[in-house]
Amino acid sequence: MSEAQKPQPSTQNEWPLWEVFVRSKAGLDHKHCGSLHAADAKMAVQMAREVYTRRQEGTSIWVVLSKHIVASDPGEKGMYFDPMEDKVYRHPTFYELPESVNHM
Amino acid sequence: MSIASIQVGNKADVHYLLRIADACLILSQRLGEWCGHAPILEEDLALTNMALDLVGQARGLLTRAGQLDGQGHDEDQLAFLRDERQYLNPVLMELPNSASGNSRPGDFALTQVRNFGVATWLLLLWQGLEKSSDAEVAAIAAKAVKEASYHQQHAADWVVRLGDGTAESAAKAQAALALLWPYFNELFADDAVSAAAVAQGLGPAWSTLKPQWQAQVAEVLADAQLSRPKDSAYVPTGHLGIHSEHMGHLLAEMQYLQRAFPGGKW
Repeated sequence: MSEAQKPQPSTQNEWPLWEVFVRSKAGLDHKHCGSLHAADAKMAVQMAREVYTRRQEGTSIWVVLSKHIVASDPGEKGMYFDPMEDKVYRHPTFYELPESVNHM
Repeated sequence: MSIASIQVGNKADVHYLLRIADACLILSQRLGEWCGHAPILEEDLALTNMALDLVGQARGLLTRAGQLDGQGHDEDQLAFLRDERQYLNPVLMELPNSASGNSRPGDFALTQVRNFGVATWLLLLWQGLEKSSDAEVAAIAAKAVKEASYHQQHAADWVVRLGDGTAESAAKAQAALALLWPYFNELFADDAVSAAAVAQGLGPAWSTLKPQWQAQVAEVLADAQLSRPKDSAYVPTGHLGIHSEHMGHLLAEMQYLQRAFPGGKW
């Protein structure tokens, strides 16, 4: 382990960070709603219930260790996302929908 | 300006319900003392969420007790305007959050061990009250069963974490268990009030909850690697209105606002 990777004294006893996803009702997807610290997965689910579903926000909870989420590099934002700016033909807006199709 | 205290009558059904209502109310007050002082933010919310569940349960039962008492007292009057001897909660609920008497911060192990014992008891009690001959009580119980199930699971998890944790957490959990053990006796005390409640179909005699309580507690204590303290013959008398020295202090804080601003609402 290199010097930079070693846990710092102030944080080495801290519980890991978890990302919380809550499904508001059956049929909808789980939405990211925040994060919390917990010692393990079981505690993370309980704490997510306490912190993020107090006002009837949820019917289901997912938690995942924050360190397991791989994110795109903000520094590569331009290269990753800007080229899509002028590709309007990728939106399916040039088709005529039959009257009977309501929910598109 | 002060406001006169109210007195409830001697009807057995009213006393039976007040014992349970006051158990919820007074434990809720103790849990509320953790607000802003729990070891982690998430548990701070968990303890106050639980306190609010208990207040909700107490409100329902106080309202029903007030109706049966027939003097026109509502939940607020019953919660805030009785004198100490008129509260019928088991002494266990009024004990401070730590052996030293400090509540801010309290002893986290003591709080979780008490919550676990009480939630296990309340869950069994609510399950019995779901079959109450009193439709209102049955409805309150049906809602409370879900809340108590969660309270029991949450507290049991902590008891296991603490008992099966570090040497220090295990020692604190074991000390809390030793301190609280004799007070649990009161949760199974029977008398003429319970006999009347059974005869009337209002709810179970507390003593009938004991075998299941002991079995559930034994299971969690085993998981937590905590040893069951020796039984004692001591039965506290909170359910008869005779409390510990801590009750007066708790009530002074709990009743202050209603006494200073009678009928105050927000």
